[in-house]
Amino acid sequence: MEKQNNLLEVSHLKQYFPVRKGLHKIPLKAVDDVSFTIRPGETLGLVGESGCGKTTVGRTLLRLYQPTGGRIVFDNEVLYDSGEQYDENGKLIVDADGKPVLGKKIDKDMLPYRKQMQMVFQDPYSSLNPRMTVEDIIGEPLDVHKLYSNRKERREKILSLMETVGLNAEHAMRYAHEFSGGQRQRIGIARALAVNPKFIVCDEPVSALDVSIQAQVVNMFEELQDKLGVAYLFIAHDLLVVHHISDRIAVMYLGKVVEIADADELNANPVHPYTLSLLSAVPIPDPETARKSQRIVLEGDVPSPLKMPSGCPFRTRCRYATEQCAAEMPPLKDRGNGHFCACWNK
Amino acid sequence: MQEEKLKKRQFLSAQVDLSKFNHAQFEKATEEEKQQQDVMGESTTFFKDGMRRLRKNPLAMGSIIVLLLIILTIIVAPSIVPYHYSEIISVNGKRDKSAANLGPFEYSKAEQKYMASSGEKLFPHILGTDSLSRDYFIRVIYGTRVSLSVGVVAAIMVLIIGLLYGSIAGYFGGRVDLIMMRIVDIIYSLPDMLIIILLSVVFNERLKPVIDKTILSVLGTNMISMFLVFGLLYWVSMARLIRGQILSIKNNEYVLAAKCIGTKNSRILRRHILPNCLSVIIITTALQVPSAIFTESYLSFLGLGVSAPLTSLGSLANDARAGMQSYPLRLVVPAVIICLIVLALNLLGDGLRDAFDSKLN
Ligand SMILES: Nc1ncnc2c1ncn2[C@@H]1O[C@H](COP(=O)(O)OP(=O)(O)OP(=O)(O)O)[C@@H](O)[C@H]1O
Ligand code: SF4
Ligand SMILES: [Mg+2]
Repeated sequence: MEKQNNLLEVSHLKQYFPVRKGLHKIPLKAVDDVSFTIRPGETLGLVGESGCGKTTVGRTLLRLYQPTGGRIVFDNEVLYDSGEQYDENGKLIVDADGKPVLGKKIDKDMLPYRKQMQMVFQDPYSSLNPRMTVEDIIGEPLDVHKLYSNRKERREKILSLMETVGLNAEHAMRYAHEFSGGQRQRIGIARALAVNPKFIVCDEPVSALDVSIQAQVVNMFEELQDKLGVAYLFIAHDLLVVHHISDRIAVMYLGKVVEIADADELNANPVHPYTLSLLSAVPIPDPETARKSQRIVLEGDVPSPLKMPSGCPFRTRCRYATEQCAAEMPPLKDRGNGHFCACWNK
Repeated sequence: MQEEKLKKRQFLSAQVDLSKFNHAQFEKATEEEKQQQDVMGESTTFFKDGMRRLRKNPLAMGSIIVLLLIILTIIVAPSIVPYHYSEIISVNGKRDKSAANLGPFEYSKAEQKYMASSGEKLFPHILGTDSLSRDYFIRVIYGTRVSLSVGVVAAIMVLIIGLLYGSIAGYFGGRVDLIMMRIVDIIYSLPDMLIIILLSVVFNERLKPVIDKTILSVLGTNMISMFLVFGLLYWVSMARLIRGQILSIKNNEYVLAAKCIGTKNSRILRRHILPNCLSVIIITTALQVPSAIFTESYLSFLGLGVSAPLTSLGSLANDARAGMQSYPLRLVVPAVIICLIVLALNLLGDGLRDAFDSKLN
């Protein structure tokens, strides 16, 4: 019943990178079976440690990488479907030989959809071409999709976009390398907005910026959402930032979504042991409270995505781990209130 | 006065003693003050910036001046000097047998007689004449013309082939890259001088009937086979270099951003990737010219260069070899000019690299 309302539906998305190890090529499971939905105008936060596959999720669902498997539905149109079928428990349906039963494969040309889905990149320094002026950077999507009828209209559009993101219109003819990080990120945002998208993947748009500028840029994202009604997939490794801007939050660990819930709900009742440790890593401003609260310090390192532990990916660092955790991957189970968590023991 | 307050700190404390400031000093910045913070330095394009740095490099500027002088001379001199590079000196319409092997600014007997009788002054032989009574200065001028144009044409050929090949391999990557680069490796591993000599000999035989009586025959088969050799062999290092550049530029997020916008591959190459390796391309091309000139001279010296009566600096030096003891000047002049051109182009190439490449690092 909710299906009608979703702007984006990602199900069982997989992205394996072939990595050479010695003579063999083995798959690096950067994203493994990730599912989530985003409603129009909503913000879904995506948090997780560095290297857990957040960027890869964003890039794969925008089809900058060819997905290894899964299904992407945008605005009720299937953009990609690898054809794999799943039963209601989320298990892959296989035939007698253990091969997946394949349905119809769908792989649509993305060009028309590029106007509706855009991305703001993580690194404001490498995401702008140093040899292009701001005008040409913001104008490129207009050129590609032919969104103007003459030069004057192009210029007007660019200037109004610059104004929207709080850039000085006088700087239109300057080169990207002349701007500060915050200004560069605004240029990147203007470029994403140029096609008037319904959905933007924001890949850690503030993590490379100074703390003082972070707040400005995050606020701008919120204002833009109020004004334009865009939906965001807001990626960050900082729970505070994500909690501030998101309606819902998904927590990722080693290529898998382990918990997904409303932002406030997740903050108030975290269930998954990994989320608990993330929340306890958030600095507490009041030293008195901080002293009383028990910090959960994670032991050990994140396992390499090449040597994924069997069953639950978190079991090597989890203090609640049992035998079942090693045997089988826990499914994302509904805990009520739209709160899903993948854990056997919590 | 304010500064004094700032310096005073509590004993053993690194912290600024805030109590000494009054409230007024912590006022919020006004909009105007914020605007002032926003002002940026003068906008410089990448090109202007590089030119400014190039102008500060005395070696590069000296090289430019030397090259300009040489180019100016080879353009202007033929219209001033009344001799032709293939012309045997004649006086009053008669061949001047005595004009062979003259020294610089020397006149032959026939010329002296003619000048004495008519009172007219003949144009001096600035570098004397060669053993076939041809004015040596004008031959050097034409030789320089040929050598320089061989260098430039070869460099352009190398640029075009290397650019196409390298950018395709680098941009598409994967299997395409693998196969294309193995081909490059094979060509690279051939001993190029040997191949050039062999190919020149083979082409010489085969080309003669093909180009006979066409415009190309002016150049001679040797020249054409030399260009073919450059086209076949020398693009590989350019292709490698451009591929490497493109591979590293391709991984920048702005290329991904362009893909995300929906930009076509050809436009990504044109607008995003090539402009960012432009400086490397220009520098390498500039360095390709002297290497081609050098190869041409080398081949001409071996007798595989341009065919007579056309000449190049290398074949001039080769011709002078026979009379090296009696007329050393004839060997020294083309050799010095080759050195000057090669040195100036190399220094200019290095200067360009220093001026333009720093931003890529
Ligand atoms: N193109 C690629 N080829 C091979 N491996 C890749 C590629 N892109 C990412 N990976 C690997 O996939 C994993 C997930 O990377 P990803 O960039 O998605 O992490 P992330 O969560 O965005 O991290 P960060 O917070 O540092 O940005 C990493 O182990 C990374 O090494
Ligand atoms: S499934 Fe087991 S190992 Fe995984 S988080 Fe839950 S308790 Fe820990
Ligand atoms: Mg990332």
